[in-house]
Amino acid sequence: MSNPQQLRYSKEHEWLSTAEDGVATVGITEFAANALGDVVYAQLPEVGSTVTAGDTCGELESTKSVSDLYSPVTGEVTEVNEDVTNDPSLVNSAPFEGGWLFKVRVTEEPADLLSADEYDAHTAG
Amino acid sequence: MGRNDLARHALGDIRPMSSTEELRHTALDALHRSLGATMTDFAGWDMPLRYGSERDEHNAVRTKAGLFDLSHMGEITVTGPQAAALLNFALVGNIASVGVGRARYTMICRADGGILDDLIVYRLAETEAASSTYLVVANASNAQVVLDALVERSAGFDAEVRDDRDAYALIAVQGPESPGILKSLTDADLDGLKYYAGLPGTVAGVPALIARTGYTGEDGFELFVKPEHAVELWQALTKAGEGVGLVPCGLSCRDTLRLEAGMPLYGHELSTSLTPFDAGLGRVVKFEKEGDFVGREALTEAAARASQNPPRVLVGLIAEGRRVPRAGYPVVAGGEVIGEVTSGAPSPTLGKPIAMAYVDAAHSAPGTAGVGVDIRGSHEPYEVVALPFYKRQK
Repeated sequence: MSNPQQLRYSKEHEWLSTAEDGVATVGITEFAANALGDVVYAQLPEVGSTVTAGDTCGELESTKSVSDLYSPVTGEVTEVNEDVTNDPSLVNSAPFEGGWLFKVRVTEEPADLLSADEYDAHTAG
Repeated sequence: MGRNDLARHALGDIRPMSSTEELRHTALDALHRSLGATMTDFAGWDMPLRYGSERDEHNAVRTKAGLFDLSHMGEITVTGPQAAALLNFALVGNIASVGVGRARYTMICRADGGILDDLIVYRLAETEAASSTYLVVANASNAQVVLDALVERSAGFDAEVRDDRDAYALIAVQGPESPGILKSLTDADLDGLKYYAGLPGTVAGVPALIARTGYTGEDGFELFVKPEHAVELWQALTKAGEGVGLVPCGLSCRDTLRLEAGMPLYGHELSTSLTPFDAGLGRVVKFEKEGDFVGREALTEAAARASQNPPRVLVGLIAEGRRVPRAGYPVVAGGEVIGEVTSGAPSPTLGKPIAMAYVDAAHSAPGTAGVGVDIRGSHEPYEVVALPFYKRQK
């Protein structure tokens, strides 16, 4: 699998796009999606709510597990991916594209987000 | 209790595959890896959890065919002039009544009636070497316990109990296309082979015990072969199934298939703290058989208790919403806990989350109103239904 170079990553397996007009997109990586298996339910943060870097902001359920979702940054949620709410399998089929989870107006960003190469190393067996 | 496979965890807990040197590997291990399987520790064995999408694998078994490596299952051979008498004493079923070439679903219990394991016992064809031979197949997690119990209970019987766990690989082909796939590889009389029967034969040139059994709710076969023949047989089955949609299947879909079919899983619906009657499977206990058997006295009381004053009853639950119930979650009604989920998963066939649960008898009737599951603090509405969730059209 290849992690897009233009994204940044958390050690909790979320990815973060470069902010446009202060708004960045968040999703989970292909590595995480593969590890979860078929995602069947996604509970995403509410639009207008504040998420905090490193804090839980939702959950993803797969056949075998339920996993807390963490926000890689702090900010206000501006949009959630209703397509994923309706069809959670998008997280598996297109984790970096159509399976994005939410958009956030970033107010604070932790210093320890990883580059694609650093995340590759983090997930190497 | 085998429930840690449904653990809640943080996404950040996902780690690259750690060393699996301490796990046991089946004869098909290298093949699974070449197929890109996600592996999992199951009862000390490194087994395929899934190869791709577990939902697709599940649906393939329901509509076409799936291929499983079940070599972790524990085979124990019981042979000798008193093999049947020993099994009648050691197990709750009437094994003496099983005909040559037939199989029986049964259980082994403690003296207090608690279930040690559920088993399938195959009566093998008689040979010159052994007049009476039975193959007992135990769950991987209980194989040692079952072996120890059988050895202990064999004292005084003219019968031999043999650990054959390493003597067999077990490959299952399950689903509506499985008879056609197997027929193309064997001359054995599959049309004459009934459900819960087995016969020795040759499949793809490999000597095999061909059994018409499974744990999926579909027609299918389980093939017991020597481990050194496993790769050859797997590849022949894969090739024979190519044109009809056969896919390799992992243990994840095996679990959702058996759950839809209402089949119990040891460590979830069955445990040492439950008798077969508590689990709604009292029919496997044969009091009418000759002689004493381990647990007879306790089970006689358990049978009376279950018919007069059942504590809790095993039911099916179907979600109205989309959140998935998991083993150990409380079942609630009117703000009170009235039971506990034993197995739960998103059902690919129903398109909704389903569960098996033990609930108080007062809330166990199908259609009982106001029943829910406490899913991490939120009471989600559930419909009580009779098991199974899925029954194939014959």
